[in-house]
Amino acid sequence: MSAAAIEKAADELMANYADCIDDGRFDDWLELFTEDASYKVVARDNHDRGLPATMVLCTNKNMIRDRIAALLGATKYNFHYDRHVVGQLRVRPRSDDEWELRASYAVFQTSDEGRSSLFSVGRYDDRIRRQGDRLLFCAKTVVVDTFAIPGMLATPL
Amino acid sequence: MVENPAEGSVDIPEVKWSRNDYTRVPLWLYHDQQIYDAEQERVFRGPVWSYVALDVEIPNPGDFITTYVGDTPVIVNRDKEGAIRAMVNRCAHRGATVRRELRGNALEHVCIYHRWCYNLDGSLRGLPFRKGLKGKGGMSPEFDVAEHGMRPLRVAVHAGVVFATFSEDCEPLEEYLGPKVVSHLSRIFHRPIRILGYQRQRIRGNWKLYLENPRDMYHASLLHEFMSTFGINRFTHEGGLKMDDRHRHMIAWSRQGTDDETEFVELFKTNRVHESKMKLHDASILKCYREFDDGVTLSICSVFPNLVVHQIDNSLATRQVRTVDKDEFELYWTLFGYADDSEELTHHRLLQANLVGAAGLVSMEDAEAIEIVHRASAGDPDGCTIVEMGGGGPIRETDFHINDVACRGFWSYYAELMGIEPEGAVR
Repeated sequence: MSAAAIEKAADELMANYADCIDDGRFDDWLELFTEDASYKVVARDNHDRGLPATMVLCTNKNMIRDRIAALLGATKYNFHYDRHVVGQLRVRPRSDDEWELRASYAVFQTSDEGRSSLFSVGRYDDRIRRQGDRLLFCAKTVVVDTFAIPGMLATPL
Repeated sequence: MVENPAEGSVDIPEVKWSRNDYTRVPLWLYHDQQIYDAEQERVFRGPVWSYVALDVEIPNPGDFITTYVGDTPVIVNRDKEGAIRAMVNRCAHRGATVRRELRGNALEHVCIYHRWCYNLDGSLRGLPFRKGLKGKGGMSPEFDVAEHGMRPLRVAVHAGVVFATFSEDCEPLEEYLGPKVVSHLSRIFHRPIRILGYQRQRIRGNWKLYLENPRDMYHASLLHEFMSTFGINRFTHEGGLKMDDRHRHMIAWSRQGTDDETEFVELFKTNRVHESKMKLHDASILKCYREFDDGVTLSICSVFPNLVVHQIDNSLATRQVRTVDKDEFELYWTLFGYADDSEELTHHRLLQANLVGAAGLVSMEDAEAIEIVHRASAGDPDGCTIVEMGGGGPIRETDFHINDVACRGFWSYYAELMGIEPEGAVR
């Protein structure tokens, strides 16, 4: 794949990722991860200081599945819609079939009564891998600037 | 305990308690600006010890952190002799924030506005151009540097947990905590700890709702479905409530694995609570290394007015309540393990951090519960909350889960401090 083709495919993957969350299609969202994928949500100040604690830590896809199962079947949280706005992607090769992917994001939450507010800004520090003819996330790290979380963090960022 | 509680500069409206055992609490107490202002004076700046830091956060002379007592900004630092000191983070000159950083190391604190400079005990060391320039300008000759420091707080440390108070008459820390909380903190902090990280969470509710939340043991198995489904904590476990003699602090405790799983499932079905279909794909999060000889696998200790220390399986943390205003508070979570933990155990504690905090599988619901109480109760000047699980009357410890007795303990001490106790109040 050419650099341009990778960038286009990465762009498509990230757009899919955001759409799946914003549409509440979590089964489809799970399909964007490799079986060994990690998913982490990290506060920017802990990250910058090298402190290891995270807000969400899934070290394999089964743990990501469990997060979604809890979201849909156990935990209680505010009724809301999510809206992701993802900035310019930067893609850098790591190996023949893996790339680093970095982008800024903003997530707005809208209550079920239609009131919107900025919920989270930060960046994605991801790794993506070519698997067959698809690109998938093999490591997703969300570094959260808004680490004083408004209320609770239920839906993946 | 309280010399003259009603003697404050903030006037508060009359509080009509319908019962003297706090089984009914007026909802407007969560929403009144005068009450909030009085709380800052009579509770947070009153005769209580507030949690401000863990001593490992400031190991060396000059190390400082900035924090809050209620909504008052505070610096906590270690002085050159190694003693921990605390002072209001506010310049005596114009009221500016002196130390703007969250943490660091310094030999003095200097306000950027006019470069007033303070020692590590908060005393004013000096100010630029105090005598003016070439005989002109400068501070009045009678201005006394010794009288214009940052306001100091008294500091006391137990088991590495640092508390501070504005009060000169507050009893010694260990008396304030009482023997049960003293020994509980000694149990949790029995060997050197290592801080794993922090979480911050802003909840749109009155701070008192978070003091009640851990005191209400009734909610745990009902609200936190993940917790009861996977047996981290259940009504059917051996467990109960301990309190100090004044009932201002509490420890809820539980031993997992002491119940019958099928009995629990049946009970929750017949009580129409929930019948969870959830199965875990990776159950490693549920592993619980037994760390304490007493077999207690969950303990939630809440120290009046601003601290929770939790042990949930192998997740350990302090939670500091910082009031923002009457409608919002911040929870500041400090997650830790022990300095000599194996790599495997450290990883497990980090994994179990998934259970707690803003995204916690067994704690995110608390934020939602508090926000829905705060939202719906705002418009009801006559309504009360019902605090009667475990019965009314005298406030007593329990050897069972289904109670909210410690909430009444909270209100009784709160009312005493605020000077709003009903006639014949239980304590």
